[in-house]
Amino acid sequence: MSTTPTGATPDTAPSLAELADLIVSALNLEMAPSEIDPDASLFGEGLGLDSIDILEIALVISKQYGVQLRADDENNTRIFSSLRSLADYIASQKAA
Amino acid sequence: MRHPTYPLTDQPAPDSIIAWQASGPVTRNRFLADVAQLAGRLPPGGHVLNICQSRYHFLVGFAAAIVSGRISLLPSTLTPDTIRRLKADTPDLFCLHDGNLDDIDLPGFAYPDAAPAPEHDLPVPEIPSGRIVAHVFTSGSTGTALTHRKTWGGLVINALSEAERLGARGHALVGTVPPQHMYGFESTVLISLHGGAAAWAGRPFYPADIADALAAVPAPRALITTPFHLRTLLDAGQALPPVDFLLSATAPLSEELAARAEAVCGAPLLEIYGSTETGQIASRRSTATRAWELLGEVRLRATDSGHVAEGGHVEGIVPINDVIEDVDARHFLLHGRNADLVNIAGKRTSLAFLNQQLLAVPGVQDGVFFMPEAEPDDHATRLCACVVAPGHTRQSLLQALRSRIDAAFLPRPLVFVERLPRNEASKLPRASLLALLNTPDKAAE
Repeated sequence: MSTTPTGATPDTAPSLAELADLIVSALNLEMAPSEIDPDASLFGEGLGLDSIDILEIALVISKQYGVQLRADDENNTRIFSSLRSLADYIASQKAA
Repeated sequence: MRHPTYPLTDQPAPDSIIAWQASGPVTRNRFLADVAQLAGRLPPGGHVLNICQSRYHFLVGFAAAIVSGRISLLPSTLTPDTIRRLKADTPDLFCLHDGNLDDIDLPGFAYPDAAPAPEHDLPVPEIPSGRIVAHVFTSGSTGTALTHRKTWGGLVINALSEAERLGARGHALVGTVPPQHMYGFESTVLISLHGGAAAWAGRPFYPADIADALAAVPAPRALITTPFHLRTLLDAGQALPPVDFLLSATAPLSEELAARAEAVCGAPLLEIYGSTETGQIASRRSTATRAWELLGEVRLRATDSGHVAEGGHVEGIVPINDVIEDVDARHFLLHGRNADLVNIAGKRTSLAFLNQQLLAVPGVQDGVFFMPEAEPDDHATRLCACVVAPGHTRQSLLQALRSRIDAAFLPRPLVFVERLPRNEASKLPRASLLALLNTPDKAAE
């Protein structure tokens, strides 16, 4: 696996609500965190995020959970396929 | 003066390094073998949409198109609407790719495996200076796409002028910008052909990827990036290998970010200024001066309707869309960009084009895109739109827009109103539009 914990805040894995909160505030989305369907796509016709947003989210994830994302990770598309898969990925990296 | 021909590359020796891949350096000779192989295999069409993800594959594809007399098309987006328009203009268009076509409705051609290692030194092809080798596109003030034809000689002089200003010769370049967009095309691809640099094949995205890519190439090295990528890189606190210079373009860089980048990297940060129409025409070291210094033999001239650029690699006399103040014959200040042009994290379009696309969506009675106040700290600023579209939900309208415009330009927020605040002249005062952002939304989700 090509992720490196930065050693910051070894918190517990994020809850879906906590992660939704983080995304909405990082991107200034005009919606309540509870409106994000945990299983809907974060890209395209789901939440409609794009690569600019992904970089912003990656930044807050590295700060908050000490998990660094890399694009050469072949799971990258799957990681951002939904809020739930992103939360699962962070949890798996923190456990590793 | 332009020469009648320029070689495909000015890399001086068969073993000169022209690119870096994960597998190691690519020599000029290896590159020429790959170019010759691909040129011999391309399908018959005369126009190529080169969407290769690998910067090296893009470079070989562009060069193979040149030596086989083809033209590469470099649109700023690949929406279904754009592809339809390109096909209408150049029906023999095909798509060169190194992954898959996704949903691009064109005949595809897959980038082949590397050519066998050449057994002897291959000659460098000479290309006529006046040959058109690329089409690049802007959306004019009416929103209609305009094609700009780039000659080989113009592109070569553009690259040489930039390389000389940056001192890029002999540097390995890591770019966070795609090779298909003007800035990445000029500052990573052309400069490797003419200018003695060697681009890293990857396009690192996350901060950790950027550090890995820089570590994968030897010094001297440089990072070719945008204010947005630079800010996220610095905010991440990512440790970086030593860098010899940083290059930023596409949006104005804050003085704070420029100073921070130079302090963290211990290297000069240069900004480059240009447009699709002119190519790159000036640079500055942002921590030292606000004044831009013209590249090479490019000149600016004030006219009754604003400044024009001419000379050097600029083809003809080209109006500058931004407000310019002359300092002296070689230096100028930039006072604000043309309000119609939009550039979000390196993707360009115009408000006129976006408005035209919005109004073309069935069910939209009136509507307008506008830029809110720019965020001060190098965040990517998003566009807003106000629409009168009683039959639409936010979802249905965004879905219709997605097939017409790049996702980076999708409005955020998208405000539904009963009517737009047009004044007596039917114009939309900016203050009224900004006020709408703070009113309750009429949209039904």
